[in-house]
Amino acid sequence: MTVNGQPQAHDVEPRVLLVQYLREESGLTGTKIGCDTSSCGACTVLLDGESVKSCTIFAAQADGAAITTIEGLANGDEMHPVQQAFHENHGLQCGFCTAGMVMAAVSLLEEVPNPTESDVRLGLEGNLCRCTGYHNIVKSVLAAAEMVRK
Amino acid sequence: MIPAAFDYVRASSADEAIALIQAHGEDAKFLAGGMSLIPLMKLRLATPTVLVDLGRVADLSYVTDAGDHLAIGALTRHRFLETNELLTKECGVLRAVAAQVGDNQVRHRGTIGGSVAHGDPASDLPAALLALDATFVVRGPGGERTVPAADFFQGFLETALAPDEMLVEVRVPKVGGAGFSYQKFQRRAQDWAIVGAIAARVNGGVHVALVNMGSTPVRASAVEAALAQGASPADAAEHAADATEPAADLNASVEYREHLARVLTRRALEAASS
Repeated sequence: MTVNGQPQAHDVEPRVLLVQYLREESGLTGTKIGCDTSSCGACTVLLDGESVKSCTIFAAQADGAAITTIEGLANGDEMHPVQQAFHENHGLQCGFCTAGMVMAAVSLLEEVPNPTESDVRLGLEGNLCRCTGYHNIVKSVLAAAEMVRK
Repeated sequence: MIPAAFDYVRASSADEAIALIQAHGEDAKFLAGGMSLIPLMKLRLATPTVLVDLGRVADLSYVTDAGDHLAIGALTRHRFLETNELLTKECGVLRAVAAQVGDNQVRHRGTIGGSVAHGDPASDLPAALLALDATFVVRGPGGERTVPAADFFQGFLETALAPDEMLVEVRVPKVGGAGFSYQKFQRRAQDWAIVGAIAARVNGGVHVALVNMGSTPVRASAVEAALAQGASPADAAEHAADATEPAADLNASVEYREHLARVLTRRALEAASS
């Protein structure tokens, strides 16, 4: 598979989950393990451009796919518009859910480029913020959509 | 949480998948999107010795017009259904229900065939397909057979599928893009339904199916009979819990589920006819 554009090859046991693979084999610890039960979305990454929960996919299933993690979003020193918007709108509190929120938002904006607030709230239903900081997260995603439009 | 160890093999066609499952015996299982199976394996409630991954079976993802019905490939993902124009026009209820499965991430991976074969009474799509009188095309070593939805769901996570049979296609009637409602009651946006009620106009009548009101998805037959005899939606919905056997769990008692079934059925009937 490729991870953030880099080809990777590792022999892993079939039961290794994609999130374990990314954190332990690829050394990319930006992707978090939260609930580990496919509920919280902290482990969200892009698989061929679509958001998925990497705690509920075996690494072997992603063989041949293009994976993007939070580490692969920025273009050098230039943040991705969604990252920039989270930064400017304080779209985080403790930061644990942030990587997953950002990845889910990137996928959402691919599918719904001009979302309403309700689209954003529904579109992020698979991501939980234990700080309950949803207000600024939604604000950030709407700001990112605006940024991309310009 | 780490699943128990298993061997992993990959199939590139349905026939190869069936041959692999036969070769590996009864403890082998098909892996489609994995949205139900992988969580069960992580909890070690499921411990298959071999997984036959269907992720590379490319020709079972489609929605096509087959004359008097729509044919849907078993490996069609929920997101594909949610955004499919033909389904929106010809079987809007199925599109609407697919759009309420889990969350975006789950809908990007989960498949209609996986959901049906898993047979969870708390799942959205099995109940919708029961309401639609869908037909399932099942392929095994000896060829294909069709099973009506009414005969398919046999018990909690038990279906008419034999261990070496694979669901390959779902057939649904063309019921149009209106005249339906799915009322899903849940505590959090992405949760399974505590109870759900689906009402849809099918072949001139109103069909009602319930989510999580027994060990399988169930039809609210008493509601349908009352409607056929001219009862109002409110009066008919009073029968929604008749002959159901819902379980009690930490979300709801039996009585609360029965109450929800009546309320949600009334709302679904009213929304479907407005």
